[in-house]
Amino acid sequence: MSEYPVTPDEDEAEDLAPLTLPLDAWHREQGGRMVEFAGYMMPVQYEGIMAEHLWTRENAGLFDVSHMGQVYVSSEDGITADLEAAIETALPIDLSTLKLGAVRYSLLLDEEGGILDDLMVTRWKTGFYLVVNGATKWDDIGTLRELLADEVTLNHLDESALLALQGPKAFAALERHAKGEYPLSALTFMKGGQFTLGGVDAWISRSGYTGEDGFEISIPGEAAEDISRLLCGEPEVKPIGLGARDSLRLEAGLPLYGHDLSPETSAVDADLKFAVNKRRRTEGGFPGAERVIADFTDGTARRRIGLTLEGRMAAREGAKVFNGDQEVGIVTSGGFSPSLQHPIAMAYVDAALVAPGTALTIEMRGKRLDATVAAMPFVPHRYHR
Amino acid sequence: MTRFFSEDHEWIEVEGDLGTVGITDYAQGQLGDITFVELPAEGSTVGKGDSVSVVDSVKAASDVYTPVSGTVAEVNGALADAPELVNTQAETGGWLFRVTLSDAAELGALMDDAAYKSYVESL
Repeated sequence: MSEYPVTPDEDEAEDLAPLTLPLDAWHREQGGRMVEFAGYMMPVQYEGIMAEHLWTRENAGLFDVSHMGQVYVSSEDGITADLEAAIETALPIDLSTLKLGAVRYSLLLDEEGGILDDLMVTRWKTGFYLVVNGATKWDDIGTLRELLADEVTLNHLDESALLALQGPKAFAALERHAKGEYPLSALTFMKGGQFTLGGVDAWISRSGYTGEDGFEISIPGEAAEDISRLLCGEPEVKPIGLGARDSLRLEAGLPLYGHDLSPETSAVDADLKFAVNKRRRTEGGFPGAERVIADFTDGTARRRIGLTLEGRMAAREGAKVFNGDQEVGIVTSGGFSPSLQHPIAMAYVDAALVAPGTALTIEMRGKRLDATVAAMPFVPHRYHR
Repeated sequence: MTRFFSEDHEWIEVEGDLGTVGITDYAQGQLGDITFVELPAEGSTVGKGDSVSVVDSVKAASDVYTPVSGTVAEVNGALADAPELVNTQAETGGWLFRVTLSDAAELGALMDDAAYKSYVESL
């Protein structure tokens, strides 16, 4: 038997020996199967992807996402008009509408409007907190350093671990341990605040990558094991690996950088218009603005869509999409949906074929699989707004 | 009846000139939850080492190579509705296909149970 890797381009970027993260020993103790991902040894699964996926949808799962890049952007004088202007030069975000503690999805674009990464931006009291993808974080830091004025300070918070607690019972489990100026219930979707967990300072935001209610938790790396034990000591919580993280985000219709997003995709064809904030669509002033604004006006030749498949055979990344005999697109993510019990996929197809219900086929191993364009998310989001 | 194993983690149980092929329990454990099995066509001619079947798990698709040459005599129809049999009964009810051997001498290149066990331990 030989296995086709799910994430080939995550791995090939790193020729160096994989690094370990603060929870490495804990994952192994929990029975995690460790694989190389984005240059780090990470748990792909514990008891099995299917069981972990369904557990997260019904209870709560703890994910270690410490491979992701946490970056603090600040200036000597705190948050100033100059600091905000500098960040807006680098990202298509409108910081005037980003309140204290609010989290917003944004994109790092190249000069042609191609997507270099997707990221989260949060307003802290004295600066901005960014979370970027693990495989791209070194390039991102370099790109941001070039784009931001010299007066802007970039700190890579590489001593911090990042956990995600996701699922309908995440709140109940976390509330027992989160202490702060206000209760955890004060956080709604895409809002964060400073708390302590087991006596340890933690930045907690109500956000995540599964489509479920849940939290992302930034803590000092040296406290990661204690906090993980604390949370997994709750009856609702089990550790969940990267395998289920991928199947959960696919069901939630959330794109994965390096697969569904790349420098060859743009905000509009990736169906991420919301990541270019309204004021910026007319004002521009960010990398690739000319192309992005033109895309808003003229539309794009293709668009990211969801597909549901007949049968049980999954379409995988790279599979060609057809309309009759005509090749009309390519699959960028695909797999079997544990919640829906049939295969689903994301693909880029001709803009004329994006209407839900459109019948297409996908070529896999010499066969043509019947597929239908579906609205995303495939599984409804259950965010706490 | 005699059972042989390949380095690619297939097993074959031979009775007369008929061999039943599946993937080993070790292999299913590595693959995780199996969601679909693509089987060869009955009557097709296969050569030792050919990729004749694909096992899909939640995370990836994996080729299954036939450990012997011959003609596909039968496939396990139960897997169409219950691919998870390959997880739960990898070396019994989760068999994949039966092949009529064209060259029984090919079995000589395979491992017996004890040799496969120590092979897996060495991985």
